[in-house]
Amino acid sequence: MTSRLRQARPPYVGVAILSSTLLLLSGCAESGVYLSFLNPQGPIAAAQRWHLIEVVVLLGVFVALPIFVLLPLLVWRYRYGAKSPRYTPKWQDYLPLEVMVWAGPIAIICVLGFLVWHYTHALDPYKPIAPHGRPLQVQAIGYDWKWLFIYPDQGIATVGVLAIPVEQPVAMRLTSATVMQSLLIPALAGQIYAMGGMVTQLHLKATKPGRSLGENTMYNGNGFHHQKFTALAMPPEEFKAWVRKVRASGVALDARAYKALSQRGTVAELVAALPRASHEGNIYLTQVSAALFPAVVEATMTGTPTALGHVLVAPAGLPAPVVRKTAASSMENAP
Amino acid sequence: MSYETFRYPGLNLGRAHPEAHDAAETLMFGFWVFMMSDAILFGMVFGTYVIQLDATAGGPGPRDIYDIKSVLIQTMLLLASSFTFGMASLSNKHKGSPPRLLAWLVVTLLLGVGFLVFEVRDFLSMFDMGAVPSRSGFLSAFFDLVPLHGLHVTCACIWLICLVGQIARYGLDTDVKLSVMRLALFWHFLDIIWIAIFSVVYLAGLA
Amino acid sequence: MNAAAIIEQPLGRLGMDSLPFWEMLQHPTEENLINGFIGGGAACVVVIGIVVVCALITFFGKWRALWSEWLTSPDHKKIGIMYVVVALVMLARAVIEAILMRLQQAVGLGGGFLAPDHFAQLFSTHGTIMIFFMAMPFLIGVINYVMPLQIGARDVSFPVLNSISLGLTAAAAMLVMVSLVIGQFSTGGWFGYPPYTETAFTPDVGPDYWIWALTLSSVGTTLTGINFAVTIYKERAPGMTLMRMPLFTWTALCTSILMIFAMPPLTVATAQLALDRYLGFHYFTNALGGNMMNFMNLFWLFGHPEVYILILPSFGIYSEVVATFSGKALFGYRSLVLATMTIAVLSFTVWVHHFFTMGQSANINAVFGIASMLIGIPTGVKIYEWMATMYRGRVRLTVPMVYAIGFILLFVLGGITGIILANPAIDYQVHNTVFLVAHFHNVAIPGVLFGLLAGYHFWFPKVFGFRLDERWGMISALCWLFGFMLAFFPLYALGLMGLPRRTVAYFNPAYQPLEIVAFLGALLIGCALLALLIQGWVSIKHRNENRVFAGDPWDGRSLEWAVSAPPPEYNFPVLPVVNDADAFAAAKEFGVAYQQPDEFVDIKLPRNSAMGPVLGGLGFVMAFGLVWHIWWLVIVCALGTLAAIIVRGFARDTVQTVPASVVKEEHGRWLDAVQHAAAISRAAECDPANEGLAEQGAAGATS
Repeated sequence: MTSRLRQARPPYVGVAILSSTLLLLSGCAESGVYLSFLNPQGPIAAAQRWHLIEVVVLLGVFVALPIFVLLPLLVWRYRYGAKSPRYTPKWQDYLPLEVMVWAGPIAIICVLGFLVWHYTHALDPYKPIAPHGRPLQVQAIGYDWKWLFIYPDQGIATVGVLAIPVEQPVAMRLTSATVMQSLLIPALAGQIYAMGGMVTQLHLKATKPGRSLGENTMYNGNGFHHQKFTALAMPPEEFKAWVRKVRASGVALDARAYKALSQRGTVAELVAALPRASHEGNIYLTQVSAALFPAVVEATMTGTPTALGHVLVAPAGLPAPVVRKTAASSMENAP
Repeated sequence: MSYETFRYPGLNLGRAHPEAHDAAETLMFGFWVFMMSDAILFGMVFGTYVIQLDATAGGPGPRDIYDIKSVLIQTMLLLASSFTFGMASLSNKHKGSPPRLLAWLVVTLLLGVGFLVFEVRDFLSMFDMGAVPSRSGFLSAFFDLVPLHGLHVTCACIWLICLVGQIARYGLDTDVKLSVMRLALFWHFLDIIWIAIFSVVYLAGLA
Repeated sequence: MNAAAIIEQPLGRLGMDSLPFWEMLQHPTEENLINGFIGGGAACVVVIGIVVVCALITFFGKWRALWSEWLTSPDHKKIGIMYVVVALVMLARAVIEAILMRLQQAVGLGGGFLAPDHFAQLFSTHGTIMIFFMAMPFLIGVINYVMPLQIGARDVSFPVLNSISLGLTAAAAMLVMVSLVIGQFSTGGWFGYPPYTETAFTPDVGPDYWIWALTLSSVGTTLTGINFAVTIYKERAPGMTLMRMPLFTWTALCTSILMIFAMPPLTVATAQLALDRYLGFHYFTNALGGNMMNFMNLFWLFGHPEVYILILPSFGIYSEVVATFSGKALFGYRSLVLATMTIAVLSFTVWVHHFFTMGQSANINAVFGIASMLIGIPTGVKIYEWMATMYRGRVRLTVPMVYAIGFILLFVLGGITGIILANPAIDYQVHNTVFLVAHFHNVAIPGVLFGLLAGYHFWFPKVFGFRLDERWGMISALCWLFGFMLAFFPLYALGLMGLPRRTVAYFNPAYQPLEIVAFLGALLIGCALLALLIQGWVSIKHRNENRVFAGDPWDGRSLEWAVSAPPPEYNFPVLPVVNDADAFAAAKEFGVAYQQPDEFVDIKLPRNSAMGPVLGGLGFVMAFGLVWHIWWLVIVCALGTLAAIIVRGFARDTVQTVPASVVKEEHGRWLDAVQHAAAISRAAECDPANEGLAEQGAAGATS
């Protein structure tokens, strides 16, 4: 599967050219994008792939194989009309076989249980990736039908693209300004839900430069299938240059821009609404306050989605709103 | 099977009512199973209530809206009604004359209605305070759990009225006897649920 | 909701724009035209279907018979048949929807022809129907018919309640059908997660249809569960101890227990969502203390046991089928009972695996991951026991057996992918992708549906007195098997390639080839359904050659085969006395089957009651009123329901008597037929020679 996907990419470029009219219409030419964790671009996805292979091999050899060999054999050998084999219509109790029948699955599940325990803890999305300098902070807010990525330390935000430097861990915090969503970048790490009024976390890292598919996997309405983005891994220097570029060419996240952002619509529709902020089909925003993310969590929780005026035009030194601790936010286990 | 052995948990009709006693076997067991399912229903609603306790969203909390005096009166009314229904069950079993059974049933009904009156009065005063279910997650959960019990009691009261009608029409026939036994179980069941509400909602809320 | 609103808007939200083709007429764009024609066409099929059925009934003058012999009948056998009819009608609709969705995705690169909203309704109705209105009524119907016969009972414990359950289920199914004609169904999927299904995000009637359909059906199913469990505990024939019950009855018991405990959380979840939508409560909203995670917990606290409610009866059917068509006693009966119980208990401990990705701690995920895998143990045991049953048997490849063997092979794969998904670390990657879709279809189609179809072929001769056509049955079975593989194996690959479920269109050409293969698979499944229809037609045409009145076409092992086909209304002229597991097989072996009892007694049966259709009808109209905010209708129906229940409480004389003489005569006629029937060997069981009497001894089982 892995090799097939990897090799398959060049031919798909051809297919993409053939259907380029469609692709141009949709504005989403995606050839050269890593789709799957079977072709991992970071350590988390690589570990997940290895875990999958382990489980598949284990189950394939010890569960599927015996049954796939034995069952056809039994059906053939003991078919009605076969002359020779023994026929024991009343044979229904045989302790050694009963023991085996229970012991086999129990043994397999024990081994698997051990694997589950190990990998679930090793690949916990809340667990920071072994430090390699300070992780890049990213805050993701799900809107209908796009993701807003805030870089609080850089004071910028993007829609449609998530740029990250390679080899530096990324610490994401997620929430939703609307309904439940789920953020997945298969080639980098697994998914986590984003829910209104709550904050979830995801840690990931890219090891090589490249473009990976990012998406929402939780159905949230008519534009759901458009809610994709590109996770763009690049060398650290390029990332710095990219941040400078966003700062230079983006527009400030003011009330007007936020209104366009929070309206139901796809990235393409947002691009049409904010032409000055758009670059290569993505949206670049500047002067984004670090207080925006907690303010959105708070506003969603209190049902006042428009009460964001105080965080929109990036005044430095404004105190961040206090996020009240409720049952709803108790999922958050980090400050 | 001997009539002396208990066939299902609770009061059995016994020797004096051979026909009803036989028919009761399946019917009473079925009703126990139904109550088991109903108990799960309440369990789930209790669960959401406990989880939503803190979700007051800045609105009134338990201390602001619960009136322990009224709740205590409701509790006493309901406990008393359980006792009177117990007396009704006994007169059902021990060849009680219909008037005696009827009298106990009517007393039970009055106590049940009294409970409902006090409960509704509580709700209305909460509404006056602005504690309406649409105010917060906590109030939503409160107004699911407690009125759900109230709704059950209302149904039980309607059942009781029908039962009185059936006694008037048919006297103490097998169907009536079995109906009294099932309603008795249901009534005590609702009492137990109320004790849980009293403890989990009111006492814990005010503690 | 006040008096003024009732007077000002007597029809609530109902208006011309509720019709499926209204949008098309108002804004005739190409997309609206296509979707309007599909939606309007589907609505027409429903309306025309109802009109044709009504016309036929009128033409043949069968309204009275329909009412007095079917709708009001408390007979568990007739109720069972009606359940299965509901299930098959709904199956047809949901399969057509599936083919439409597969077609959309096959051409969905960059767009396709369906509007996203239309597609969302399709996947929501498909899932809702397949779970609640296909699989549930199907299995309840089969249990209804078979279980009382297997335990040697005259009927279920509460026959009228049984009829009410059917009424409520049928009303709920009808509500889903009506959503096709008036208004629209939910777009929130079969589990309808809030806050998407809250008024703030979906103000239209869709989620309301979903809420009331599920509420009606869950109430009906709870009552069914109570009824079945009490029946199995209290109505067993003398000597039928628990450990002598056929395995199908055991699975029916476990399923009933699951229904009793698992349906209430669903009722609570849908009721609370309804309170949110109708009265502005805040259970699952984003704001003011609502918490959508409560819904997910409640829903899956129902949803996971539900999976086993669906699959356990099928496991029971497979157990009967494998033992019967291997000509052997079931191997490891006690283990199978234990495994069934284990699955039932464990099913309540795994619900969190439906949302590993919600952000809870690794410890919680690991515990629930391991708990989920534990279910693999008893399931694995079952598969090995079935294989051990075939060992040293005489395996006959009849249609039910083909389903059973196909099931074992495919279900192993489904189980394996289930265990893969039970690994939280992998689930993070494939959750919400079509890998998940492939997995649950991989367990639901071979596991549940193939089992029910196997049961349909297995017991059809018992129910209607003639065998189904074997050739068309085989064609259908093979189409199901290969259609399933073609349709769902590609989805595993697509899921691993990151394709999310519920995607109306996609923009990466890498997905398209596999989507086209999956569409071909869906077409093959459509052929399977067609073959099933043709089989029914052919079988009815040739019914007189294939009669099996003697009642035992497959050399059966349990009590349902010990009576005529179809069985008399009272099931058994004299209640059987059971001395053994596999009661009928033992009776045949010792030559004590087909006995003339010493004396016959009058048999008491419940009288017909209109409670089922009345409560079902009122429930349907009330739900419709609730969906469209037609408050006066809701109030009228609520009072009507109350009145009906009160009137029923005053009903006496609810029992009718079948005189002993009638029983004796009917039984004598059957025994005569048995005596004149030729006992056939198993080689001839699919020939017209099979009159339902099996040759005994080793000679019958070998050739």
